[in-house]
Amino acid sequence: MAENEQTHLPAEQQRHLARAKRLEWLSLGYTACTITLVAFVLGNSQAMKTAWVEDMLSTLPQISFLVAALFIRKASTLRHPYGYHRSMTVGHLVGSVALLVVGSILAYEAASGLVKQEHPSIGTLQLWGNTVWMGWLMVAVMAVIAIPPIFLGRAKIKVAKDLHNKLLFADADMSKADWSTNVGSIVGVLGIGIGWWWADGAAALFISAGILHDGVRNTKHAVVDLMDESATTYDQQKPHPLIKTLQEHFIDKDWVGEVGIRMRDEGHVFHVEVFVVPVDGEVCVDTLREATVEAVALDWKLQDLVLIPVPELPANTHAAHDTESPT
Amino acid sequence: MIGTNIFLGQLKEKLTKRSSSAYADVMNDIHSSIRAAAMALVACWLLAGCSLGIPADPQGSLERIQGGEIRIGVSPHSHLVEFHGDQPPTGVEAELLAGFAASLDSSVLWVPGGEEELIGALENGELDVVAGGLTEDTPWVDKSAITRPYAQSAGPDGKKVGRVLAVRMGENALLSRLERYLDDRGQ
Repeated sequence: MAENEQTHLPAEQQRHLARAKRLEWLSLGYTACTITLVAFVLGNSQAMKTAWVEDMLSTLPQISFLVAALFIRKASTLRHPYGYHRSMTVGHLVGSVALLVVGSILAYEAASGLVKQEHPSIGTLQLWGNTVWMGWLMVAVMAVIAIPPIFLGRAKIKVAKDLHNKLLFADADMSKADWSTNVGSIVGVLGIGIGWWWADGAAALFISAGILHDGVRNTKHAVVDLMDESATTYDQQKPHPLIKTLQEHFIDKDWVGEVGIRMRDEGHVFHVEVFVVPVDGEVCVDTLREATVEAVALDWKLQDLVLIPVPELPANTHAAHDTESPT
Repeated sequence: MIGTNIFLGQLKEKLTKRSSSAYADVMNDIHSSIRAAAMALVACWLLAGCSLGIPADPQGSLERIQGGEIRIGVSPHSHLVEFHGDQPPTGVEAELLAGFAASLDSSVLWVPGGEEELIGALENGELDVVAGGLTEDTPWVDKSAITRPYAQSAGPDGKKVGRVLAVRMGENALLSRLERYLDDRGQ
């Protein structure tokens, strides 16, 4: 194994990964139950249909994560010198584009139903000898299944943060917001109940807008990661603090005058290029090696780090200068 | 080195602050969503309390029919809908609907015609119900609200198939009342 690489997750992160996998299997099992349950009370409501399709779509990031988790363990090869970490981002992109496409189709269906003034029909069914309006059943089912994803989402967000996993974070974020879909379909069905035929289409439009929003946001995040955007925090909000940590690490060395960092997100770990300008204009190979090994040990996310001595820093690196001994 | 330590300390402080505020966010989300779900449930109960009005008809069909007139489109079908000159139609479905009309205290306007023509009239609101040997496999599901099967009988290909009636799309009070009537008759 090369000294500038880490091929295994530390024990703590392996525990988190195992927990993430368990949570995703749990989510998949739960969603399979809700898909089956909702299928029985679907009726003629567009809002219910939209919520149902969203349930199916919500499994995409979970499946992507579980599939990608198989690949990221593979070591780098000559053919794939950067390893297989990007499989997480590829999974993220595939799931996001699916959300975008299906969200658009559902929004179109809802809007065209409203324009054509399609009046949704919800009849009755027989339950233990009583004739019950199916709308009540829809409301009950949607209310009950709204609760668990909130807790699953909450648990997943915690693990996503610990693992710095954006795919898992996107999935958790969607689970957490899933209740708004259920409330939307409940409002739609109750609207039909009091004779507002348009309430159903309006609710369906609201739900598909949520799917579209998720699709746009996640596609954007996956694309900027694949475009080698400078590494950010898991929620894409700010530059990753490790950039600063690495700058500090190198600038503290006596022999380093300037340091410039390029860090890209490979899906759950970082690949880093560190450019250093030696104070005396020259540096010994052993010194470089020592600094590299120390740097890689700073954090498990620094999966592959390359240290390059240069006479001056290239453009567009996160640069820091040694203020104590100006060059 | 001291500078680094101060920096790291600050970073650590920031990180812990940030994660605790993220935790608060999560808790807020959970609280607000539980509140929303609870409100939805309370709304259900309230609505169930006055469930006499639910489901309602967007076009007020049931209200108009009660004590008034029900317009029934009938398409001839052996045993189910049969015509005898100027007399009201007979057959299983015609008699079912005559009984339904009686239960609503309404008079019946029988409108004979071909199936496609009748479904078109139903869609335009010129009819309330259509009968004529429709089955649960009917292609008219997008143009009319189909009742649950009221009986099973041999269809066109000899296989058992559920017999249904068609109601104007979206008139859920009328649909539900008819289905309830059919259920009561079945028992």
